[in-house]
Amino acid sequence: MSSEGALHRLRRSEAANGLALISPPAIYAVLLLAAPLGLLFLYSFLKDGYLTIIWEFSLQNYIDAWGDPLVRTVMLRSLWVAMMVTLVTVVLAFPVAYFVSFHVQPSRKSMWLFLITIPFWTSYLIRVFLWKVILGFNGVINSGLIGLGIIDEPLTFILYNVNSVVITLAHAYAPFAILPIFVALEKIDRSLLEAGQDLGESQLMTFWRVTLPLAMPGVIASVLIVFIPTIGDYVTPQLLGGPEGRMVANLIQLQYLRLDNYPAGSAIAVSAMLMVTAISLIFLFLNRRFLRGPK
Amino acid sequence: MSGGRLFKTYAVAYLLFLYAPIILLPIFAFNDGTIIAFPLQGFTTKWFEAMVSTPTLHTAVKNSLIIAVSSAVLATCLGIFTARAATRYNFPGKGGIAGLVMLPLVLPEIIVAVSLFGVLLGLGIPLTIWTVILGHVLICTPYAVAILNSAFQSLDRSLEEAAYDLGETRWSTFRLIILPLVAPGIVSSLLISFTISLDEFIIAFFLAGTEPTLPVYIFSQFRFPQSVPVIMALGTILVLLSIVLLTVAEYFRRRGIAKSGGKDTGGFL
Repeated sequence: MSSEGALHRLRRSEAANGLALISPPAIYAVLLLAAPLGLLFLYSFLKDGYLTIIWEFSLQNYIDAWGDPLVRTVMLRSLWVAMMVTLVTVVLAFPVAYFVSFHVQPSRKSMWLFLITIPFWTSYLIRVFLWKVILGFNGVINSGLIGLGIIDEPLTFILYNVNSVVITLAHAYAPFAILPIFVALEKIDRSLLEAGQDLGESQLMTFWRVTLPLAMPGVIASVLIVFIPTIGDYVTPQLLGGPEGRMVANLIQLQYLRLDNYPAGSAIAVSAMLMVTAISLIFLFLNRRFLRGPK
Repeated sequence: MSGGRLFKTYAVAYLLFLYAPIILLPIFAFNDGTIIAFPLQGFTTKWFEAMVSTPTLHTAVKNSLIIAVSSAVLATCLGIFTARAATRYNFPGKGGIAGLVMLPLVLPEIIVAVSLFGVLLGLGIPLTIWTVILGHVLICTPYAVAILNSAFQSLDRSLEEAAYDLGETRWSTFRLIILPLVAPGIVSSLLISFTISLDEFIIAFFLAGTEPTLPVYIFSQFRFPQSVPVIMALGTILVLLSIVLLTVAEYFRRRGIAKSGGKDTGGFL
């Protein structure tokens, strides 16, 4: 009797209801996300036979990957590109988020955010391709600059290298950087800023000592939300990078779809993810004092 | 307020930078020249006409529409479960489960694509549009959850309790009280998921097998300079379509928040 009562209580309990409700998405995510990621991890320790996988555990794939100067170069380049993109994106985005939060009337904020997010959702591939048109030999920038008489020869350092990849990715991820900063700025109690100025701080010092520290959780979120996906971008380096601008996703695609070497591809993918995770954790650790705010 | 004006100038310049490629798109779509570069060659609508007579494009559009509609419906259903559970109940492991569901938001898409590709080939499942749907549901669900969370969050719990007190069951309360209140959020989530799936490339590239989606078709055409103007025309239509879908989605999102009396925090994320 008592166990039946307990079962009944359990079924009616809040925890059981919540778990029952979330089980469909949870099961979906476990089967199609967690399990495949686990398998990817497993593959990275196995051996590649021709069109089969040989079940022999070793670290050989990692040794091969990291021993290969090409892989090392591409990995470091991907990291460098992701860092540059993050820096450019966040620095350019902050004033926009600040403007929308502090200088736009509350009724028009949604419209501004909507305008900022639209390009993010539209035809990623075609947008990337159009950067090729903008930066190209006969592109918008070159023909514009020649037309204005500023240069005589088209600039060639802006296409098919790391620069073009950075510019295009910074453009693609811009809205991703603005939104978290905006949310953090919105949460700031405006009376704190008035207090700062009443106590004799200049506008700039109030920004530096009150606004910026309080906005840091948003900045940190932006950094991570831009940094992590950019490192794995495939389309931009493929279309705009040229041989000098290939990134880690191109390498993974090559191993998987062209060479059919899943273990090697998996080892590169896992290495890239480990690097990203390590850097993100270090970044969070360095900024821990901003995240401990009073709640 | 000269500071304000300075910020506004910067913000407008920034918006121009964001929209620069999209503004160029229709210019080249109507340009009478096969090379996508300046100077322009004159006005034509032949690239739009060429789209009508390209059967491979039609197949790609059909595949993409099937995938986008299915992914939107499935992701929104999973989003409703997640958002309702997360906003209404407390249970052990809530953070962990929600974290896993939201993970594709930050995971590089190539990792999602490669890991699913490995599993499907390992199980011997042939790659079709259905395998693309599996992947797209995964990446659309976090956005669906984000939108639906704000719809469910602003619900007044006492409405639900009143319905129970008046003798409704849990399911009838959900159907009669909660669902109508979050309906605008659901519409918004469907439209956003549809837009994301329609635009997604890398997962479809890995998982589509021999049934290309629209982005996979577009990517393959970039190799042939003579077909690029048609892609510009196609892109113009796609951008217009996305803007319409997003505007409708934004309208419903705002209406949903207004309906349940919440405060608009702005944006989809």
